[in-house]
Amino acid sequence: MEIPKIVGAGLVVIGAGIGIGRIGGSAMDAIARQPEATGKIQTAMLIAAALIEGIGFAALFAVN
Amino acid sequence: MVISKKPLQFFIAALVACLPLFSSATTVNDTVTKAAAATTSMESATHAEPKKAEGHEVENANLTEEQKADLERKAHIKHHLMDSHDFTLFTYGKEGEKYFGFPLPVILLDNGVHFFSSSKFEHGEGVAESNGSYFKINHHDGLVYRTDAEGTFTEDDKGHVTNVKPLDFSITKSLFMILLVGLLMFILFRGLGKSYKQNGSIAKGAGRFFEPIVLYIRDDIAIPNIGEKHYKKYMSFLLTIFFFIWFLNMFGLTPLGVNITGNLAITASLALITYLITTFTAKKDYWGHIFWMPGVPVPMKFILAPIELLGTIIKPFSLMIRLYANMVAGHIVLMSLIALMYTFNSPIGSPLSFFLAFVLSLLEILVALLQAYIFTMLAALYFGAAVEEHHHEEHHEVAHH
Repeated sequence: MEIPKIVGAGLVVIGAGIGIGRIGGSAMDAIARQPEATGKIQTAMLIAAALIEGIGFAALFAVN
Repeated sequence: MVISKKPLQFFIAALVACLPLFSSATTVNDTVTKAAAATTSMESATHAEPKKAEGHEVENANLTEEQKADLERKAHIKHHLMDSHDFTLFTYGKEGEKYFGFPLPVILLDNGVHFFSSSKFEHGEGVAESNGSYFKINHHDGLVYRTDAEGTFTEDDKGHVTNVKPLDFSITKSLFMILLVGLLMFILFRGLGKSYKQNGSIAKGAGRFFEPIVLYIRDDIAIPNIGEKHYKKYMSFLLTIFFFIWFLNMFGLTPLGVNITGNLAITASLALITYLITTFTAKKDYWGHIFWMPGVPVPMKFILAPIELLGTIIKPFSLMIRLYANMVAGHIVLMSLIALMYTFNSPIGSPLSFFLAFVLSLLEILVALLQAYIFTMLAALYFGAAVEEHHHEEHHEVAHH
């Protein structure tokens, strides 16, 4: 029972990591194209990253 | 200025980043005090059963010793994350038997009110007597139970304590720090408010530092998310919650060794307040979008209603989990990195552990601010959804396109 749980949580964390990585990368691209919109892009990036992060933590809680 | 500002800034940042190291330095095991002395002079923030170690050399330590030390480290980290009835800054003495700190008042409700100082508990070792009843702190969950004069605990087969648990209204470490932060915020921001009056609308003193942050929250969090029309009534809550979380997060990184925003009860109440404000200030459109989603076919409206209703609860729930998990994870990782020096127990371990913990502490300073920002931001986003009035605009858009 323990091992599937841990593997599942690991998969969720990998997914969340890829998601946040993509958000960060896209934000970098966007900032490079439009440096004057840096503030707005960063805000949007942080919100999206925080939402995904919540899912990652939820998975870790399921294991606990 | 003759001195360049850059190195000074770095030095201050480095000093702040070193603080958690002091708070978490421990006397987990006597064999490692040599290694600990290399990096930190202070020892042990808490009372994690310091009387076990007997001074074995590392090379001779067999597996069971290692496992024992491992368990002690885990217990110490777990202990750090918990609330406690007294304030212990560090322990000293050969076996960490002397404590530096101060006791806090204990208020228990159990057939009448019991009011005594937590020094009676003797850091969890002693049995406190009050009005003919005996109380003792359980080591495992850190809660106060009523016991007999010897302080024995009875346990059921699952390991849960079956002793009577009195209602605990004590001023614990967390509560003490919350009150302190509340007082600090009151003094700081009242001073800021007053200085506007006295000084011709110009902030002075500490207010100079906080004014831009207050303005940032108004101009970049509240107004864009809630809207020009309604943002004013939410400002007090957003400012309070931002500075409350930020200050508590920062205090969590000081040698006080508190972990308040990493406490599910605290984050749950913060999220609950957010939920209540969202629910009770919501306009007609908010409920309309939950129970009768406009612009979708009728069968779809029935499917969407329960999902949307559940969503209103999931939103504050995710706020709660996010803050709690971030702070707990930060503390655990930091403590684990510091515990590395005991795991390695060699000249390589201490600098490595110090370096890693130092870098992570810098990151934690960022996370402390970021989590306060995100909580405020998302709260503003939910308030914005609650007061949004988009029916008319939607109709117009449909007509125009």
